[in-house]
Amino acid sequence: MPTKSGRTIAATKEKSLKSVFLRWEFLLILLFLIVNIMNASISKNYLNATNLFTAISTFLVKGFIAFPMAYILVLGDIDLSVGSTVALSATLLGVSYNAGLPMGAAVGIALLCGTLCGFLNGIILTKFTELAAMIVTLGTMTLYRGIAEMILGSQSTGGLQNVTWFYDLYYARLGTVPYIFIVFCVLAVAFGFILHKTTFGRYIYAIGNNRLAARYAGVPVQRVRLICFTLVGLICGISSIYYASWMGTVRYDIATGYELEAISMVVLGGISTAGGKGNFPGTVISIFTIGLLKYGLGLINVNSQTILMIIGAILIIVVTIPNLRFRKHTEKHALASSGTAQ
Amino acid sequence: MQIKTKNLLKKLRSSRELSLLLVLVFLCLLIQLRNSSFLTPKTIGDMLKNYSTTITLSLGMMSVLLIGGIDISVASSLAFSGMCASLMMRDNVYSSTLVMFLVSIGIGFCCGMLVGLVVTKGKVLPIIATLGFMNIFRGATYIVSGSRWVSAYQFQSAFKQFAQSKTLTFGLINNLVFITLVCYAVFFVIMKWTRFGRRIYAIGSNPEAAAVSGINISRIQFLVYSIAGAFAGLTGAMYTALYASAQSDMGMGMEMDVIAACVIGGVSLSGGQGSVTGVFLGALTMAVIGKALPLIGVSQFWQTAIKGAIILAAIIINVLTQRAMVKNALKERDI
Repeated sequence: MPTKSGRTIAATKEKSLKSVFLRWEFLLILLFLIVNIMNASISKNYLNATNLFTAISTFLVKGFIAFPMAYILVLGDIDLSVGSTVALSATLLGVSYNAGLPMGAAVGIALLCGTLCGFLNGIILTKFTELAAMIVTLGTMTLYRGIAEMILGSQSTGGLQNVTWFYDLYYARLGTVPYIFIVFCVLAVAFGFILHKTTFGRYIYAIGNNRLAARYAGVPVQRVRLICFTLVGLICGISSIYYASWMGTVRYDIATGYELEAISMVVLGGISTAGGKGNFPGTVISIFTIGLLKYGLGLINVNSQTILMIIGAILIIVVTIPNLRFRKHTEKHALASSGTAQ
Repeated sequence: MQIKTKNLLKKLRSSRELSLLLVLVFLCLLIQLRNSSFLTPKTIGDMLKNYSTTITLSLGMMSVLLIGGIDISVASSLAFSGMCASLMMRDNVYSSTLVMFLVSIGIGFCCGMLVGLVVTKGKVLPIIATLGFMNIFRGATYIVSGSRWVSAYQFQSAFKQFAQSKTLTFGLINNLVFITLVCYAVFFVIMKWTRFGRRIYAIGSNPEAAAVSGINISRIQFLVYSIAGAFAGLTGAMYTALYASAQSDMGMGMEMDVIAACVIGGVSLSGGQGSVTGVFLGALTMAVIGKALPLIGVSQFWQTAIKGAIILAAIIINVLTQRAMVKNALKERDI
């Protein structure tokens, strides 16, 4: 009797979940089209391929971070230190280049720094499992930004675009398609493949759904978390290299608010902040939706603070709506099943 | 005699407030050795006055942390409420300092209610909701002010005098410090001896048990976020009074100081643990560190990093002591 009722509940739940996600994806694509139509009607030059790729490149720099952030949110964790990690990596890149190191070595240092920052987050979180990811990364967010401030003070470090190949990282194009776009697509496919088609990806979902159950099922929970947090650091390192190539100068206060945008992109893509739910293609669509929305708002001269406000509002609305809808389902289930569940 | 010292040691180990007080005294003496101008009434008074905002705001954050939530939007709602109240004072809607404070508290309370509504009715994780509101309130501050300051000459002179004078206590202590102390006294009583305070602790330590015992969790949560907002509003008014100007970027990053003060004071981030005394000592420690670093010649560019390191160290030490306490408790039960 209990197995039977358990099975039926599970079946109906999966069905309703599936339909919600179908609707969500549909909604997302609709939103994406609306944004594009809006932008195209604002400016006649919007649909020109060269212009469009110029616009896209600017938000791909932070779009990268949304990939591993999706993993982290599916795990049921959060990483608020990404902006600071980018700033610290870019700072080290600039400082080591201006100290006379070859650019290749400076890029290596940036990657290493990002990875180490992520690894430190991961090691603290896995050694002290009582701690929530939120507070640890809130602490390292301050720490990493502080170290960047310690190194640079109020100064900036520049001249990075004097190296041709480094300048080309961001600006070079294959025909009209920038290389950064190609790198982005390759990484997107790789991250999507790992999340949906490999054991590691299934581990991530298992941990996000129920950490304890995953542990009892033999999933190396802490190792998976450590790898995911280190991955965030590595991608932040890559993002910092593109940032430096794009801007040419680095200050300690760059990349503030990247955590908000990366999390918004992932959440708008339909990944639940409570963990274990959502899929990767949604994230990729929402990276473009948010990026192009910001570009369009810039076209009609909305200032950056207002844009940030709109992103914040989108984040909250997007997270609230499915919860309001889900609640009806769960309430129904609670009524249907025994009273102790409530 | 031996038993007495043993008891004292045990008390010291189990009472977080006492050990924190010792650390604080030790810290003060250390700084005093490096710079003898630290332990003077003037420096201490200045320090308390300048950090009265952070110390007061810590109370709001503490109540949110106690129910297992977090609110990183407090600094933005501080700026928004402070800015709105200042703009109205500039435009001569009112001229009284008291009204200005009340308006600011009211606006902050509304901001907090909004956060509470989204967290309780929308069932959004507090960190996500407040991350969004952090940007919404900050953006709103820039919009209402048109990115301009409200400068000192646009305020009433009575308001500008308020932060520097001791009128409320008839010349005993600074007005802002007095407000802070009153807030702490009231909160101490509420947390310790009222039904509301005990319910907050109950929800934080075990939400399910609290719900079963008939506590309306979402109502308490809603109230707590609103109170945190009201504290942000009060602090916004104090902040503008202290600096006699309102800027759109005021209080930026203050949420970190406040969280740090709570964490150092022994508030557990999973909720249910922490005391008003602890938070006071934690906030005082943050103030001492902030004031002393320039005094002993540490560059201001180092302060952020040091703050971050302190937060991390404090939360890790919290976990370690907690583990030791659990271990000790198990040991005692064995015997």
